Amino acid sequence: MTGKIVIDTERCKGCGLCVVACPREIIVLSKKSNKNGYFPAQTDNHGCTACAMCALMCPEAVIEVYRDEAEDTEVDPEPAEEKEPALIEEKA
Amino acid sequence: MCGNEALAEAAILAGCDAYFGYPITPQNEVPAYMSRRMPEEGRVFVQSESELAAINMVFGASATGKRAMTSSSSPGISLMQEGISYLAGAELPTVVVNVMRGGPGLGNIAGSQSDYFQATRGGGHGDYRTIVLGPSSVQELVDCMPLAFDLADQYRMPVMVLIDGILGQMMEPVILEKKPRRSLPTKDWALTGAANRDQNIVRSLWLGEGVLEEFNNKLQDRYKQIAKKEVWSEPYNVDDADIIVVAYGITARIVSSAVDRARKEGIRAGWIRPITLWPFPTEQISKAADEPRIFLTVEMSNGQMVEDVKLAVAGKAPVVFYGRPGGGTPGVDEILDQIRQLTIKSEIRT
Amino acid sequence: MKTVFKRTPTLKDCPTHYCPGCGHGVAHRLIAEVIDELDIRGRTIGIAPVGCAVLAYDYLDVDMVEVAHGRPPAVATGMKRTNPEKIVFSYQGDGDLASIGAAEILHAGHRGEQITVIFINNAVYGMTGGQMAPTTMLNQVTATTPEGRIATEQGYPLQVSELLATLPGTVYIERCALSKPARIRQAKKAIKHAFELQVDGASGMSLVEVLTACPTYWRMTPSKALEWIESDMTKVFPLGRLKG
Repeated sequence: MTGKIVIDTERCKGCGLCVVACPREIIVLSKKSNKNGYFPAQTDNHGCTACAMCALMCPEAVIEVYRDEAEDTEVDPEPAEEKEPALIEEKA
Repeated sequence: MCGNEALAEAAILAGCDAYFGYPITPQNEVPAYMSRRMPEEGRVFVQSESELAAINMVFGASATGKRAMTSSSSPGISLMQEGISYLAGAELPTVVVNVMRGGPGLGNIAGSQSDYFQATRGGGHGDYRTIVLGPSSVQELVDCMPLAFDLADQYRMPVMVLIDGILGQMMEPVILEKKPRRSLPTKDWALTGAANRDQNIVRSLWLGEGVLEEFNNKLQDRYKQIAKKEVWSEPYNVDDADIIVVAYGITARIVSSAVDRARKEGIRAGWIRPITLWPFPTEQISKAADEPRIFLTVEMSNGQMVEDVKLAVAGKAPVVFYGRPGGGTPGVDEILDQIRQLTIKSEIRT
Repeated sequence: MKTVFKRTPTLKDCPTHYCPGCGHGVAHRLIAEVIDELDIRGRTIGIAPVGCAVLAYDYLDVDMVEVAHGRPPAVATGMKRTNPEKIVFSYQGDGDLASIGAAEILHAGHRGEQITVIFINNAVYGMTGGQMAPTTMLNQVTATTPEGRIATEQGYPLQVSELLATLPGTVYIERCALSKPARIRQAKKAIKHAFELQVDGASGMSLVEVLTACPTYWRMTPSKALEWIESDMTKVFPLGRLKG
């Protein structure tokens, strides 16, 4: 079973709540802004379990969550190495 | 019946679905009467916690397409001004009855006519008008109620019935009958639940560039239509009059007696009684000013309607004022005396 | 693939004007989901407040009205009394409900009006620039409390739910938060219950107080703001069912 989320990055406001909520830590904020000047959330879906915590937290309802129940793939137990900081650094 | 109870019964006959109000003298008979009669007719009555709440309850009921009304007296009407502005801005039909009392502030509980400005100049914020009806007998008041509801529905705006404490309290014989309604537009804008249609939104906020201006212009066009079609006044012995007295409401009744006595003394006096205070019978008074004569305006105030008379006369004739503010009531003799004084001062031939 | 989560129809598919991380977005979504799950869109009328959510009718696809500040409970009274079969709800912020509209909500609850009230408590006035609200916390810095709220000057934060729970005319009062997934799930349950009570003809008022974040005027990032709800707000505004 694998999960997949689809984020409407042009409507995302980069609030980062989905980033914090994701228990697999697979959502990050992009370094490239969208047309509105926000740095939207994005993910490669690697390790997504379709728990939908991200969608639950999203104030703009721009995350759709899907689950593929047919496939019986193993969820990667190791976290990805060398993650970039998920949130934009706060001003000192 | 007394004026307050008669207007309530007339409202019920006119199909008023809901009455919301708060006690204030001299109109307490209205909510009391409504509290008994509305449930008898299966309609809604709520004594609200304030006049502020009452006008907003009216707003709610009206937004769903119902015929809703409230009544109050001067200080309570001041509290309702926000709501009336919102009703005008949201294009909601309403009937508001003001049984005027002495002011300003807490004032007294005697009848007065000192809310004319508030009623006809829009009272609340923004560029809007309310139709204002100024009946001068209990029968006319009774006839005004179905008219007020029809006008409100036809033009989608608040209509005010402006009387004073005397008219509210006095007892006169009345004929109460159900009148046929005007042909009225359907309320397809009403909030009835968006089943099988797009949502309806009732609002008065328009933030887009130029949108509010356009909306205001639309309202003004509507007001121009109303000023042409829905203006009434009653003339009496105007044609040969040297002195025309202008008065409305209960004052017009007193003036009527004074003018009759003046005529007996050989003074050529007459009167014009505005029935709609907005739109004001400007044309009728202006025409009367084409002949050489003097206009005497009598009000139970420090002079409010007199400004509309001056505007209508537009300098073609002298306009003089006599008034009793703070709940005072002019007597027939006083007014007759004013008429006599004018005759002497202006050397008009008697 | 099976759809696990998707936007519900009554929540219009359009961008909102709300700040990033604002609680209104989630609150609107929960209400829309409840309306769709209870299948009451066709007979629901909502009342938008004056505040950041004044344009709520652009986001919730039901018949809606915009009224003067604080007046929704009175307007709701007029609507529900003349249309008892409709589901009438108001959506109000802390200025609308707890300040200028304090008399209206008190008396609607006192009379037991059969309406549903969703009270969004974010401890500040957002729309007008971050001024103190009745629910502003002690020592909280706002545009009108530059030194922080002081009890002897401005009083204590107002606990609306506790106050209204004392009125016999209220049938259900619960306080929730939108600070983490479990809380959001509970908030949805509460909102659903509040609407269900009206659908079932309960003879009184239901109110759900929802603690939400205002990251902009709390001067915090959205995630820090949600933490502050948990660490600070819930101490003054305890979560849970107060009545019903």
